[in-house]
Amino acid sequence: MINIEDLTFAYSGQPPIFQGYSLEIQRGEALAIIGPSGCGKTTLLYLLAGLRHPQSGHILIDQVSIKRPRPRSGLVLQDHGLLPWQTVRENARLGLTIWGFYGSDGRHAPVDETIDARQADQRVDGWLTKLGIENLRDQYPLQLSRGQRQRTAIARTLAMQPDLLLMDEPFSALDAPTREDLQKFIIDLHAATDLTYVIVTHDIEVAVVMGKKILVLTKGCNQNAHMIDNACAGLAAGRRQDAFQQTCEDVRHLLGSLT
Amino acid sequence: MNSRLNIRAVLIGLLMFFAIWQALAWLIHRPIMPSPFQVLPIFVRSMIGELGVHFLASTGRVLAAIALAVVSAVPIGLGLGQMPQVNRIFAPLIAIVYPIPKIVFLPVIYVLMGITDISKIFLIALIIFFQILVVVRDEAANLHPELILSVRSLGAGRRALFRYVYFPASLPAMLTALRVSVGTAVAVLFIAEQSLTTYGLGYFIVVETYQVLRYPEMYAGILAMGLLGLILYLVIYHLELKVNRYRAEEQD
Repeated sequence: MINIEDLTFAYSGQPPIFQGYSLEIQRGEALAIIGPSGCGKTTLLYLLAGLRHPQSGHILIDQVSIKRPRPRSGLVLQDHGLLPWQTVRENARLGLTIWGFYGSDGRHAPVDETIDARQADQRVDGWLTKLGIENLRDQYPLQLSRGQRQRTAIARTLAMQPDLLLMDEPFSALDAPTREDLQKFIIDLHAATDLTYVIVTHDIEVAVVMGKKILVLTKGCNQNAHMIDNACAGLAAGRRQDAFQQTCEDVRHLLGSLT
Repeated sequence: MNSRLNIRAVLIGLLMFFAIWQALAWLIHRPIMPSPFQVLPIFVRSMIGELGVHFLASTGRVLAAIALAVVSAVPIGLGLGQMPQVNRIFAPLIAIVYPIPKIVFLPVIYVLMGITDISKIFLIALIIFFQILVVVRDEAANLHPELILSVRSLGAGRRALFRYVYFPASLPAMLTALRVSVGTAVAVLFIAEQSLTTYGLGYFIVVETYQVLRYPEMYAGILAMGLLGLILYLVIYHLELKVNRYRAEEQD
């Protein structure tokens, strides 16, 4: 689904973070990207999202080179990015509202589908219910907890029915029960649909829970992909504790050896 | 805005205003300070007639100036706020021009733009323009970059960002700037209307009444001008309350 070919990227006046970097991500993959801060993991996610542009090389999603945000890619950031002057429902509907603003033009919104206002409302309410925040829909973000805000941001992204979900530290600022709950939500969604997701994290356990594959990035210039296959992905049910710990240990070891 | 301004507060304020006015009328006891009981009937009567026309002329000028200022200052402010490189070039210029009392440009504007209504409207718009420009620019510049990125990831291009993020984000500050500057705008209007026109409250107060010693009528004009300022202030204030609702309902 995603082909990164010969990618080179540097922030102006700084040494490159990626040079001649290639990576392939299959459809339906659950990929975790981990690495020390400054390793370029967020940059890689923004490149996939079309919010940054490579100096050379290509990023292809479904054989299309990414020059701008792609309608079917969803992005969830650590700082939810909700509009404070809109209610939960209005925020969750924002993507569909923007879709209505431009029409199904293929640039800003999917071209293969149209949606009217009533369908949009229903779809948003459906996601609010699934995320357990339908009773908060007339509240403003300032009135919500961090977890509730992140649920709103996730509803907003999923209302666009993405086939690719990009997440940057989406659970880092949340308390443990909320984190587990939302992790489970994403994992279940991934299992039930062919959603591909990429999650960026600095937390080894989050990476091992969320990533069927784990990409380890290094501080400095990334040239080769260090990919770990992870059989222990998923939450507690059926997880063999020692295998889980062993995978965490492997990731930790790789992180240590690369820095 | 901590102290909420409601109808009750406005009524109490008006009552105290007229009480003090009446007291002053008794104390001074000269034609230049007529009693409100003498002025109010004249005010009501002439608002339906001649004074009403002057009131509408002034209102029209202020509204046109506000519209002109908003329509030009908001896009420029949003543009500067989004483009730090450009803002860096113009910031010193804006900082220098911003505090100049714009009324000093009155003669220049008359010569360049002629003695039509346009020049008066332009002068008032100039005052409001800089107030709005500065706050809109700063609001747009201070938006969280992650907020912009996440809305862009939902498909928003420049137009949608403007419509759904930048404009609503700067609206509260824009209204505050407008509310603060509208008093100055009415004051400058008063001066600008004293010459080169035969309509407007400035003309009515100075030329038609003050200069021919019609003091009670002059006070009717002053009341009308006060009313104009008050109405503009209250309308903007209520718009502000509306757009700030999400802050007022904050729980903690």
